[in-house]
Amino acid sequence: MSTMIPAPAQPRRGIRPAQSKSPQVPRAQRESPFARGGALIVMGVFTLYFLVPIWWLLVAASKNRAQFNTTNPLWFADFSLFENIGNLVAYRDGVYLKWMLNSALYAGGGAFIGTLIAGMCGYALAKYRFPGRELIFNVVLGGVLVPATALALPLFLIFSQISLTNTFWSVFLPSLVSPFGVYLARIYASASVPDELIEAARLDGAGEVRTFFTVSVRMMVPALVTVFLFQFVAIWNNFFLPLIMLRDETLFPVTLGLYAWNSQVNQIPVLRDYVLIGALLSIIPLIIIFLLLQRFWRNGLSAGSVK
Amino acid sequence: MKKRAVAVALLAVASVALTACATSVPTGDTAAAACAPSKGKVDLTFTTWIPGMEDTVAVWNKANPDIQVKVQTGPNGNGGTYQNFFNQLKAGNAPDLGQIEYDALPNFRVQDGLTDLAACDGVLDAKSDFVDWTWGQVNFGEDKSVYAIPQDAGPMAMFYRADLFTANNIAIPTTWDEFATAAEKVRATGGYITNFSQSDINQFAGFVWQAGGKWFKNDGDKWTVDLTDPTTTKVAAYWQDLIDRDLVSTNPPWTDEWNNAYNSGSNWTWNSAAWGANSIASGAPDTTGKWAVAQSPQWNAGDKASGNWGGSSTAVFKGSKHPYEAAKFALWLNTSDESLTMLNKSANLYPAAKSGLELPALKAGVPFYGDQAIYDEFAIASAQVSPDFVWGPTMTQTYNDVSDGFKAAVSGKGTLAEALKVGQANTIAAMTAQSIPVNK
Repeated sequence: MSTMIPAPAQPRRGIRPAQSKSPQVPRAQRESPFARGGALIVMGVFTLYFLVPIWWLLVAASKNRAQFNTTNPLWFADFSLFENIGNLVAYRDGVYLKWMLNSALYAGGGAFIGTLIAGMCGYALAKYRFPGRELIFNVVLGGVLVPATALALPLFLIFSQISLTNTFWSVFLPSLVSPFGVYLARIYASASVPDELIEAARLDGAGEVRTFFTVSVRMMVPALVTVFLFQFVAIWNNFFLPLIMLRDETLFPVTLGLYAWNSQVNQIPVLRDYVLIGALLSIIPLIIIFLLLQRFWRNGLSAGSVK
Repeated sequence: MKKRAVAVALLAVASVALTACATSVPTGDTAAAACAPSKGKVDLTFTTWIPGMEDTVAVWNKANPDIQVKVQTGPNGNGGTYQNFFNQLKAGNAPDLGQIEYDALPNFRVQDGLTDLAACDGVLDAKSDFVDWTWGQVNFGEDKSVYAIPQDAGPMAMFYRADLFTANNIAIPTTWDEFATAAEKVRATGGYITNFSQSDINQFAGFVWQAGGKWFKNDGDKWTVDLTDPTTTKVAAYWQDLIDRDLVSTNPPWTDEWNNAYNSGSNWTWNSAAWGANSIASGAPDTTGKWAVAQSPQWNAGDKASGNWGGSSTAVFKGSKHPYEAAKFALWLNTSDESLTMLNKSANLYPAAKSGLELPALKAGVPFYGDQAIYDEFAIASAQVSPDFVWGPTMTQTYNDVSDGFKAAVSGKGTLAEALKVGQANTIAAMTAQSIPVNK
């Protein structure tokens, strides 16, 4: 948190070199130009590494099929992106839009409720003393270590027992659980919500629930946004659980739908175009939500580490 | 790569699931279970990955208000749907009907996941409606059993660039010897006669099938694995020679490079299945009208043999409460002209039913192939496919192991024959690990 960082030294008079825009770093600790250049090169390489595929995707999605194989893969030919999108959306009565909507529901709803639960749970673990508290926390920590993929098959067998497979809930309910969210919320709550403040709220006559929602939640916003983003991205990209649970095409999230299409390109070559365009469109919501919330994300991400 | 990773993950999950349930041995002819009609209205579920199946099923539902079928979908079989079937069989909520490719059927049979439909009305009589070899794929050579209804087939023939062969005065090869000679001439012009697919092991299996090889045998008691029989070894040596002399390209299939090699005219032929007609038309749009189809080259001049690549069936799973109605639907789906025409249109399925080969849609000339009625060639090829080729019960693993070896072989490490040897050993090991009785 910024409060931990020493106040910046008073700027000296005169012209300051351009790179001293970060005045909190003492001059003596600044890297040599070589180290700095090296770091920039490494960062540049990685930026390229991450952005080139997206660029390729954008370019590929903007071409018609005839040009796709015959023109430069990294530069535009005739621009038919909107025509392609039109075809994709029209294919099979707009099943793609249904998938996008499903993904938004699974990821948006799941992340929202999941964040709420994780926030409450972490807050309770941080602020209330009760027997078994550490045990519960350790179990939750253990949960962080278990990959979600490993749980998919057992979940399928359990959901089969209660006849809930191939329903909205079979993907939605497991998405609500976020051990990492609980961990982050606890660390953050114990550091940023002062006991005195909760005490004061109690003295003023606020119940525990009201204290949580009106006082504590506001102070935990950066952590909660981080948990929300993590959950949103994890659910949006989740593939294995829907693959195992869902049969009904109208329940698919966009990841599973595109994968299913991609597995059929041998027989239905036109699907290849739709997979490309669909993949491009499917990352847009993630980009938007990152741009909107990245301020909080950056703050929240470092929260646990410093305090 | 990602597809591969998923496949490996699925395989890992599969092995966990498999060790839990002891596998039963397929025994000779078991008495077919009774198959009586249910009372009242029946709802069936049908899982398939064929796009547009809903429309075909809608036609059935309209005509059969008492047997309503609901279509469920997913990725293709090896992409996850087979694993889902196994999970569902274990959990007891498998669909009534499912699409299963011929090469995966033995796996379901060994895991006791299929209902024997022989007692169901009209199923045994339907044998004569289907191309002979497809029936062998669904009854595993047991005369009194039927474990699925054949749906589509992939008889193989040779797609070739008629214009290039003519312009360069090269005769269309009718034997594999001529094919190798032609390959040299094509290479001299700068092109490649064909592409050897490093990861389509089922294409290679099609070549072996044509040559008369048999990879698996099941005497009702034990399996025999033979990926290294003299016939297979001969086929492997043939392609190894072409690879060694740089007479065939080795692009990974279904990629842009692969499409590009055909689109630019650098590759001249493709030995592929009926359903491949569309793959090449979409991958090589600049070559419209320049292609034609001929029968596959033969091992001995005058032979008439074809291989098969792909094809699937409609199976009824163990646990279905309505096998009678399910069988009735499966027969309609795979023999009625109406259904076969729709499936051919929506998914390029090439029917396994004899009557399907006469569909008007399969009699017309195809513009991409210079208006040749190419499906006539495939109809001839389908009749020439040997009915004796049997798939093993662990084909996903076999494909993966051989494919790894083939990929190494085309880049100069090892040979195709060595890859098959490894595949042989690993297949026997995998079957042993699943308690499937196998001759070692």
